[in-house]
Amino acid sequence: MNLAHLIGRNLLRRKARTLFTLLSVLVAFVLFAYLAAIRLAFTLGIDVAGKDRLIVIHKTSLIMPLPISHLTRIAQTEGVTAVTHATWFGGKYQDYPEGRFGIFPVDPAGWLAMYPEFVLPPEQMQAWLADRTGAVVGRKTAEDMGWKVGQRVPIQATIFHKADGSGTWEFTIDGIYSGRERGVDETQFLVHYDYFNEARSELARDLVGWFVLRIGDPEHAADVARRIDQTFANSFYETETTTEKAFVQGFANQIGNIGKILRAVMTAVFFTILLVAGNTMAQSVRERTSELAVMKTLGFTDGKILVVILAESLLLSGLGGGLGLLTGWLAVSTGDPTGGFLPVFFVPSRDWVIGAGFVVVLGLASGLLPALQAMRLRIVDGLRRV
Amino acid sequence: MTDDGLLVRVRDLHKVFHRGSERIDVLAGLTLDIPAGDFLALMGPSGSGKTTLLNMLGGLDQPTQGTIEVAGERIDRMSGSALARWRARHVGFVFQLYNLLPALTAAGNVELPLLLTPLSRAERKRHVETALSIVGLSDRVRHYPRQLSGGQEQRVGIARAIVNDPTILLCDEPTGDLDRQASAEILKLLAALNAEHGKTIVMVTHDPLAAQCAKRTLQLDKGTLRQEVVA
Repeated sequence: MNLAHLIGRNLLRRKARTLFTLLSVLVAFVLFAYLAAIRLAFTLGIDVAGKDRLIVIHKTSLIMPLPISHLTRIAQTEGVTAVTHATWFGGKYQDYPEGRFGIFPVDPAGWLAMYPEFVLPPEQMQAWLADRTGAVVGRKTAEDMGWKVGQRVPIQATIFHKADGSGTWEFTIDGIYSGRERGVDETQFLVHYDYFNEARSELARDLVGWFVLRIGDPEHAADVARRIDQTFANSFYETETTTEKAFVQGFANQIGNIGKILRAVMTAVFFTILLVAGNTMAQSVRERTSELAVMKTLGFTDGKILVVILAESLLLSGLGGGLGLLTGWLAVSTGDPTGGFLPVFFVPSRDWVIGAGFVVVLGLASGLLPALQAMRLRIVDGLRRV
Repeated sequence: MTDDGLLVRVRDLHKVFHRGSERIDVLAGLTLDIPAGDFLALMGPSGSGKTTLLNMLGGLDQPTQGTIEVAGERIDRMSGSALARWRARHVGFVFQLYNLLPALTAAGNVELPLLLTPLSRAERKRHVETALSIVGLSDRVRHYPRQLSGGQEQRVGIARAIVNDPTILLCDEPTGDLDRQASAEILKLLAALNAEHGKTIVMVTHDPLAAQCAKRTLQLDKGTLRQEVVA
């Protein structure tokens, strides 16, 4: 026997109570893992957004287009090293809801150069560059839809109809890209802007949704943004230039501050669990008052008693939290629960570390008061209780 | 032990409790010597200070005034942690209600004090087996307290008290919760520990029959020693 054995035996003396407390802690940490994945999904791209990339949108709103002629003037702005553009196409595939994956008419070469995190095999890139009705699609969307390279995909227009009035756009899948790192959006559907621009209604031609530009020195992002916005000031197409990170963050904030909401939920959950685990430990110590007094009588110091009780609460929290995080990982590994609206759905490494930290904090916090009580217990008082 | 053969030397011991505004002098200037190898019974009415004296001899409580010297060490001056270490080395306690840990087996309970020593697992096991064999419970090693009779539980309690070979054994009404037969067995065991193993024993008891097993009996009343009876 050793102290670890004693600690384990004490936890098992009230099996039902320990089990229910373990389950409470377990559920809290499953929730933690799940909410961490949801938070990441809603703030998609913020963490991987390039520091040296700026986004130029219409000053009024993202949905207002900008003329493609802006591109030349942006490219000439001091500090800018590359520019490309993209447009929100809308559209839907078969009976899938609109927005299941984003369709963007882009300048293929410029786009791939701007986003090196989109990895496309060279031969597929060449095929796409040479095919005006071609498209490349993210790995996840291709898997979800069962698309293969060479397949023709009809997209039903929801915003942009063709000049001939047709609402069906057909694209050939020329390539399937994958993310260079975890967290890169692998759901996009990218098509040639030139083909899109020529085929759509004449009234909407030569307009784009937004520009993406690379700057030489991220330290001067604010200066470059100011210069660009000054260039188009007082024109019909005034611009607002921000860093890509701020742009993505702003996009996520349109549906509310997800991070703040989830933090509030988790705070409530952990506070409740702290009370549950704390109550378990307090009860456990209270009903062992005379035993603790006996241990002190035998020579266990106050410090040792404190450590024994804290170790017990840490074990309880560690078991429940560990199993909870494991279950959370398994649950999140089954994938996006919405069936496609959360394209990136996993728990980032940072949140695993935070989760492990919470396990320790919960163990210490829930055991601290009972442990201090046990430490301060006078032997003669403890022995009087039976 | 001191040069004069005394193991315990108590001088002018006072213990005062306060209950609200009331002052209670539980021990009032008690002086006592206990030689090594003694088997001393402390008797007296409830509230006479027997258990309080026992607690102080074992370093469980501190006196309000006076000195206690055990095996040459002044324990009335020791800090809480120093007293804890001292108890682990020098004192074995036997309680009226056995006070075994229900989550541990008989062997686990007996091994508990040894967890504070640098002994290896194998050495601890050997000590536990020896202690349990002395109290005649070698066949109850893996039994939990709830699987033992009262007398057997008290034997485990005694095994726990002697497993680290303490300087002094302090027993607080060790037969107070046992029937006549079990009491006789426990008293026989304590007498054997004193006679055959040389253990110094101080026993608090209300039972005159139990006191007869001791070498001498001291009567306490209102915190002072009244009478000494030598067997």
